[in-house]
Amino acid sequence: MSYLKSGRPPRAAGLGSRQDLLFSWLALPAAAILALLLGALLILAFGASPITGYHALITGAFSGTYALTSTAVKAVPLLLVGLGICIAFRANMLNIGGEGQIAMGGLAGTATALAVPGLPAVILVPLVLLAGAVGGGIWGAIPGAFKAYFNVNEILSTIMLNLVAVQFMNYLLSGPLVAHSGYAVGGLIPQTRLLSPNSWLPTLIAGTQLHLGVLIAVLLAVAVYVLLWRTSLGFRIRAVGLSREASRYAGMSVRPTMTLAMTLAGALSGVAGAMLVTGSISHRMVTDGTLTGFTGNAGFNGIVVALFAGLQPLWTIVTAFLFAGLLVGGTSMQVVTGVPADLVTAINGIIVVLVVSVEYLRRRARARARAAAAAGPGARDAPASGQADATGIAEKEVPA
Amino acid sequence: MKTHPLRRPVVLILGTALALAAAACGSSATSTSSTPSTSPTAGASSTATLKVALIEPSLRNDLAFSQSMYAAATSLAGPMHFTLSVSDNLFNITDAANAMRQYASEGYNLIIAHGSQYGGTVEQLAPQFPKTSFAWGTAGVTYGLKNVFAYQANSQEGGYVEGYVAAQLSKSKVLGVIGPINVGDAHLYVVGFKAGALAAEPKATVHVSFTGSFSDDTLMSTAAKSYVSEKADVLTGSSQSVVGAVGVAKSEKVAWFGTQWDQSSLAPTEVVASQVYDWTGVLRQMLTAIRGGVLGGATYTITLGNNGEKIVYNPSYPLPAAIKSAGQHVAAEIISGTITPPTN
Amino acid sequence: MSQFFTTAVLVATVAAGVQLATPFLLAALGETMGQRSGVVNLGVDGIMLLGAFGAYYVAAKTGNLVLAAATGLGIGVVMGLLTAFVSVTLKAEQGISGIGVFLFGLGLTNVLLLRVFPSPVTIAALPAVPIPLLHRIPYIGPMFFTQNWLVYLAFLLVPVLTFVLNRTTYGMKIRAVGENPAAADTVGVSVARIRYSTVIIGCALAGLAGATLLLQIGIFQEDITNSEGFIAVALVYFGAWRPLGVMGGSLLYGMVGAVVVTWKTLGIIPTSESDIAAMAPAVLTVVALLSVARRYRQPAALGKPYERGA
Repeated sequence: MSYLKSGRPPRAAGLGSRQDLLFSWLALPAAAILALLLGALLILAFGASPITGYHALITGAFSGTYALTSTAVKAVPLLLVGLGICIAFRANMLNIGGEGQIAMGGLAGTATALAVPGLPAVILVPLVLLAGAVGGGIWGAIPGAFKAYFNVNEILSTIMLNLVAVQFMNYLLSGPLVAHSGYAVGGLIPQTRLLSPNSWLPTLIAGTQLHLGVLIAVLLAVAVYVLLWRTSLGFRIRAVGLSREASRYAGMSVRPTMTLAMTLAGALSGVAGAMLVTGSISHRMVTDGTLTGFTGNAGFNGIVVALFAGLQPLWTIVTAFLFAGLLVGGTSMQVVTGVPADLVTAINGIIVVLVVSVEYLRRRARARARAAAAAGPGARDAPASGQADATGIAEKEVPA
Repeated sequence: MKTHPLRRPVVLILGTALALAAAACGSSATSTSSTPSTSPTAGASSTATLKVALIEPSLRNDLAFSQSMYAAATSLAGPMHFTLSVSDNLFNITDAANAMRQYASEGYNLIIAHGSQYGGTVEQLAPQFPKTSFAWGTAGVTYGLKNVFAYQANSQEGGYVEGYVAAQLSKSKVLGVIGPINVGDAHLYVVGFKAGALAAEPKATVHVSFTGSFSDDTLMSTAAKSYVSEKADVLTGSSQSVVGAVGVAKSEKVAWFGTQWDQSSLAPTEVVASQVYDWTGVLRQMLTAIRGGVLGGATYTITLGNNGEKIVYNPSYPLPAAIKSAGQHVAAEIISGTITPPTN
Repeated sequence: MSQFFTTAVLVATVAAGVQLATPFLLAALGETMGQRSGVVNLGVDGIMLLGAFGAYYVAAKTGNLVLAAATGLGIGVVMGLLTAFVSVTLKAEQGISGIGVFLFGLGLTNVLLLRVFPSPVTIAALPAVPIPLLHRIPYIGPMFFTQNWLVYLAFLLVPVLTFVLNRTTYGMKIRAVGENPAAADTVGVSVARIRYSTVIIGCALAGLAGATLLLQIGIFQEDITNSEGFIAVALVYFGAWRPLGVMGGSLLYGMVGAVVVTWKTLGIIPTSESDIAAMAPAVLTVVALLSVARRYRQPAALGKPYERGA
């Protein structure tokens, strides 16, 4: 974790500089290609043609307006959860509660839209998103405070809160919030009434699903970037993440900062939840009994997206979009070739493992190459640059 | 560090992906495209091959809800001249919406959205594709749209019959019912079962509880064990997670009544009967209507009367003839309308 | 409520709670070993799924339940090698590599299920093995000593692993590597080798946990673990990285779950409150940890890849 946050490269030693440079260039694409090849083998084993499969995946994700907009829309929860991770992880807390926070945000937003349907859209749309932020924020504040003040590990509390959230969602959507419209036979569907059109996220391109939420999410990414590197709160968050002790010694309020970091992460996920409802085709919130049915696993995929982006909010936009492409393409691949979308989930997993495996080696190779170049030709070993256990809060990183 | 370490690799990955796309586009001959073509490929002719898509929230081999429709659709594909494309395990509504939309833009004639959670999506999507027929189940609402069929199951009917038989079969007169979430056809089945049981044995104790999940097998098995400890000797339940409970029925040797799919294979000596959903009648009617130019506006209900619901007795279970004929008698009364099982 | 306190119901509830707890316990014990040496593995759920499917395949094709459990264990070992390679040798970011394994396991098992078992069959039930003499103790006997052999194995591992961690050289090395790998390295402990071994053990137990879950249910279904693997990881934190604590957490979680189900079946919890009640295990776990307010630190090197000289 430390090298990602501090940005300091690991110790250099080993190969000559040219091989290192080559390795650092080729490693990631090689990993990606290897993953795709393994995926092709899986597709082949399933009896379909990998060419057709991947073609369907890529066209389904990126070819044509509708595909691109679908991918963009799918990317929104990934991006928002990822932004939350950028904040929380930099404060040294792994937020695995994205799923629950999205659900709570969705519920809060839905409840708001159902409670005041008459408000004009200009007020209602932001209000619903704000409600989502509050809902998710609470769900992030709880584990944040527990960690800061009671030393309850956030992995434990966020996972447990996920479980609580799903039951709460089921309860509300089969009970207080359910739509009691007269169906021919008495069985209820666990969904809400149609939300008032005033709460719907406006569509940006007619005929597609591209809604305002996409724009808002991108703006939020910029905001998070500004927060982390241009405000004192962001400085505190990063400092606390590097060293709690040093921060406390320097007079920073560590515990409120940690809590706030998790709250922000939860709030961002909550906004994603609200957007999932008001930006959906159906404009209702409905449950199938699981969190993933509502979130599409965004709570976990968002973590991957953020870490691929090196915890940089602006890069998270790109990784979220690419990962969303994989997901949307997977559904498309199932439609076209009959290969189950689950296969794409498995391939996603392989990609994640391979890419993340290579990352460290890559950085090390580049560090070596750089060190070797700096020390002049013929030099092999560069002095160690020392690893984390930061005792100071020296800012070594420069944002991209 | 001046440039971000991941900048180049990400660009490289993107480039690689695009290169792959270019290569694939060049060599592939598939007709996949996402440019919408809203007119279906087959007209109203009765022998032209239709394109039918099936969207399901769980795997097609879940031995319950999804499998019932999958089996019906595959069995009819040949005789009714249609090709079937299945996208299952789409429990995420956004993904399902994308799939539905893609099928619609590729000119599929009928899209079966087999899951109550898809209703809102069908409601908004159908008007955008007026030449495509959407079938939504299980609920009885077409939203007044001309290209939406709705279908549902009167699960309470079969539930009633099974409850009736179960109560007579039970020696302890304690029965255990385990539902997933109290909605949809699970709700109907549970209500019908309890009513039927009490009609047969007014003094019987019928416990009902809901696990809160459609997929958590361990909760089902725990509930089943709990019922057995409360002296229940007959169990029943709904959803694909019942396999957990059936396993307990098997090991504790208590009787099991199933719904949605013939579950006798799960416990050959404990399953007494199953209410099997047979959607072929509904599908036939919908496809005939579509070929005749009617794309929606009707609600189809499977019942005991129209053979959409069948009580399939397990031949390996030694059910006393008197009880079985009592059950068949009750079924006949439901069909004739003498008995109307409650829905709430 | 009086119905709950009858012998039959109480015994069944506790017995069910113990059975519910077992897969959690196995997976959490495994993760404890890995985390004690400094490696976080979030892919436990994926490994459980793979182990469960492997066990299902073997059980369905051969009917041999012991072989099925062994298959789950074996798959865990293979995945352990992979995880160790990625986390220890390649020093990948441990949080996400685990999620990658999770996605892989989830997707692959669903695909395999569709492909290999278009119409799934049930497998033979796990027999309950009453322990001679002990199972005759009133109440306690049927609750704890009439379980299947995987339950006994899981609970036996608790004292075994406690002993290993606290009283063997190997255990000392594990703890050293988890607290201060640089220092351990200096005195000649091979950090990599220790971490490899603990991760392999951990994943093997995760695979076995999946097999246990499968054998207890009797059939494979999509996402059969229902994210239990993540709960198991959470329980490691609850248990303060000690096998006994982990056992306590697993039992708490399993028992509360079983009690909630039983109360629902008895009508003590009405249907309308059914979902709220289902929150209980999670809420109580967090409350329990809060109120105990322990100050156990996590292993200092947890999650940080080690590199000599760095």
